[in-house]
Amino acid sequence: MMTCREISEFLLEYTSGELDPAVRAEFEEHIRLCENCQEYLRQYRATISATQAAAGRPAEDTTEIPDELVTAILNALKEAR
Amino acid sequence: MSRPLGPADEAQLADAMRQGDPAAFETLVRAHGPRLLAAARHILVNEEDAREAVHEAFISAYKARAQFNGQSRLSTWLHRIAVNSALMKLRSRKRRREEPIEDLLPRFLPTGHHVQAFTAWQEPADQTLARKETAAAVRAAIDRLPDAYRTVLLLRDIEGLTNQEAAEILEVSTNAVKIRLHRARMALRTLIAPHFGELSA
Repeated sequence: MMTCREISEFLLEYTSGELDPAVRAEFEEHIRLCENCQEYLRQYRATISATQAAAGRPAEDTTEIPDELVTAILNALKEAR
Repeated sequence: MSRPLGPADEAQLADAMRQGDPAAFETLVRAHGPRLLAAARHILVNEEDAREAVHEAFISAYKARAQFNGQSRLSTWLHRIAVNSALMKLRSRKRRREEPIEDLLPRFLPTGHHVQAFTAWQEPADQTLARKETAAAVRAAIDRLPDAYRTVLLLRDIEGLTNQEAAEILEVSTNAVKIRLHRARMALRTLIAPHFGELSA
């Protein structure tokens, strides 16, 4: 059976769905039996969610560029020509 | 206002840009500026820094316009320039204290078991206030990661690039990106755990 240390090494591939089916089965068997690794996996996922939430990603599509920035860039480009 | 550009628009725009057409650059700034500004804000947080990074990115793009060979999409090319510009600005800023990564990774007993027993994270009662506080705590914690780990985390988990894209921008292997991302996430978990009520070991 995998150790907790090995489980921690496979977390990235497990959470991104890249783990080989055989390894995945072993991983899930350990997780099923080990509460500490269950909690660590939960927190690993929560960390990814918290990171994404901290960036405020949902607002991204509505972002506009301020007019004064456009003007500043275009003026700078004129000078660069 | 930004508007999405179709592939035909893009090819035409790329040609005009390569020839240094001023109108093409204005279209470029208006069409791609918002996306690039969003990317710079993800990396830099500070609004003034983000605007400066976008400004510098467009100047770099203008100077390098002859090098755009149409192998990647114009939007991808510009995004890469803007991300690089933001990363350069990030590195030039005075940093908070950086924590050695090794101190933030989980520790194991010779048997392979975790040294620490992990307790469930507590969700604060006031969700709206909590979200703001958590976001601030997470950003502060990301700032404490060593540069090589912080940049990978920003590009992958905040900017949403693939391993391959992050590898190209940072000029490292895809495998190095994966290793750094994994370590950065584990280190960040350690740093933000006290915010969720975990007692430090």
